[in-house]
Amino acid sequence: MTTIASWAPVERKSAVAKPPSFARNVLTVSRRELRDAVRSRWFLLYTLAFAVLGLAVSFVSAAGGGGVGLSGFGRTTAGLINLVLLVVPLMALTAGSASIASDRERGMLAYLLAQPLSRTEVLLGKYVGLACSLLASLSLGLGVCAGVLAWRGLATHPASVLWLAALSFALALGMLSLGMLISVLARRASVAVGTAIFVWLALVFVTDLAIMAGAIALRLRIEELLALSLANPLQVFKMWSLHAVDASLDVLGPAGLYATEEFGRTLHAIFGACLAVWIVLPLVVASVVFSRRSPL
Amino acid sequence: MIRIEHVTKKFGRTVAVDDACLTLPPGDSVALWGANGAGKTTLIRCVLGLLRFRGRIHVGGLDVRRSGKAARLLIGYVPQELGFYDDLGVAEAVRFFGRLKGLRSTDAEASLAGVGLTGHESKRIRELSGGMKQRLALAIALLGDPAVLVLDEVTASLDAVGRAEFVSMLRGLSGSGRTMLFASHRVEEVATLAERVAVLDRGRIDRVVPCRDFVASLGHGAVLHLVLPAHVRERAMLSLKAGGFTPRMNGVGVLVPVSSEQKAGPFRVLAEASIRVDDFELVALDHGMNASEPRVSNRHAKEQRS
Repeated sequence: MTTIASWAPVERKSAVAKPPSFARNVLTVSRRELRDAVRSRWFLLYTLAFAVLGLAVSFVSAAGGGGVGLSGFGRTTAGLINLVLLVVPLMALTAGSASIASDRERGMLAYLLAQPLSRTEVLLGKYVGLACSLLASLSLGLGVCAGVLAWRGLATHPASVLWLAALSFALALGMLSLGMLISVLARRASVAVGTAIFVWLALVFVTDLAIMAGAIALRLRIEELLALSLANPLQVFKMWSLHAVDASLDVLGPAGLYATEEFGRTLHAIFGACLAVWIVLPLVVASVVFSRRSPL
Repeated sequence: MIRIEHVTKKFGRTVAVDDACLTLPPGDSVALWGANGAGKTTLIRCVLGLLRFRGRIHVGGLDVRRSGKAARLLIGYVPQELGFYDDLGVAEAVRFFGRLKGLRSTDAEASLAGVGLTGHESKRIRELSGGMKQRLALAIALLGDPAVLVLDEVTASLDAVGRAEFVSMLRGLSGSGRTMLFASHRVEEVATLAERVAVLDRGRIDRVVPCRDFVASLGHGAVLHLVLPAHVRERAMLSLKAGGFTPRMNGVGVLVPVSSEQKAGPFRVLAEASIRVDDFELVALDHGMNASEPRVSNRHAKEQRS
């Protein structure tokens, strides 16, 4: 029989100790989250899928007209933008939505919160850890695409690839925030992931169709059309990516032309502000909700 | 060390804890006793700052709501079952929680030796038995040498041998100057570890009594813990009362204080009422309490019909 009689009466160290700082706890939780994500199957699956699809899209786009074509910007980059629009929000939304909800379901969240750390530290730590894993996944996927294309002698603009990588990451951060918000709101992991997939479908397909239908049915003005597009982070990413690699949004039709003529150089700031709102706002709301809800 | 003042916790219209007041001076050991739903676990979760509540709770002079992080640094918590990343290695888990308490990795890993987990450092948590998981939870709880231990039915998922071992480990801690607040359904645990018992009934702290008095109030000789199907428990209570016993509803069955001559009596009464007994345990009550081990004198096969 094991006994621990060696724990004799002592003056408790904890009575005078200070809990670790906010930054240290965030770092500890994020490292744990990053390790878990990297070990998990979803990370491997998404990274592989992203790299393979990216390569396929790149080859098909490049074979259709070389590195330069459609309205002056790289076809390859255009193909990758569409791929990012589909895959990255799905990755980030599902990863974020599963994080808190599945921990709560398994009783891990209550145990973690019974330790000397705050709820904000847990939420932010998980966010940073998942963000790092997404950054690694995207860098690997896009890096493999760029490397293979360069090796095969297909022209790609390094600046375009870098812009695309940076904007993809910004989009991933926004979608991860939204996923975390879904996760703190949902009671069960299955509900959280289901909701995340529904939100993904809505952002990718439904809002586009709704804007088109609304434009026709309600005879929306061009500035209203642009404002509605800016409310969808995926549209913001698409417009910003095209603007960054081409400096013209005429491929998007009248709304794109209007945006270029009306806002010109300030477009970068407008798109940046829109994505920043999508990154910060859901995370702040998630933090407020998380601090008020029971972790059980 | 722990001061609970007029704490009330409601879930919707259900009052889980009702105006609870309890003070534990440093070194005190208090058992929370009561049937399922009496509010034991809810009160513990309030102490840990996991739930919002009305009233005030201070641990080491720190308000658990305003200074939750600092208050929890004073607390080592062991849950009913360790719910943590199953894929995590034992040493890795201890290092992780050690970092959260501001400890170095080497100090954290040293805690495993204290609970007899040396040699299991490289195992994954899912590879551990229930008893070893609880020992790991205890090692994590003791990281940083906390002044307070909070235990929530820590032996509920263990078998008789694992339970006796774990209680023995806890007994080694109870005399080390730590303040201990724990919830339990088991008389022998309470008799071994507690100095006082807070009896909860439907969310209210009914009374706080010295452990010796509490055990004595259960009767002389032994307590028979009968595990019964949920739908027959009320009927079993009535039958046992009619048979001259003083049963108490407890967790998954009833507790019946019995003298050494009438140990088979409750079985006879239940058999006459055609009530099935799923399992039973006979706990001999030792009035020296903290001086010796509780003696679990029998444990019968499941699904036995009385």
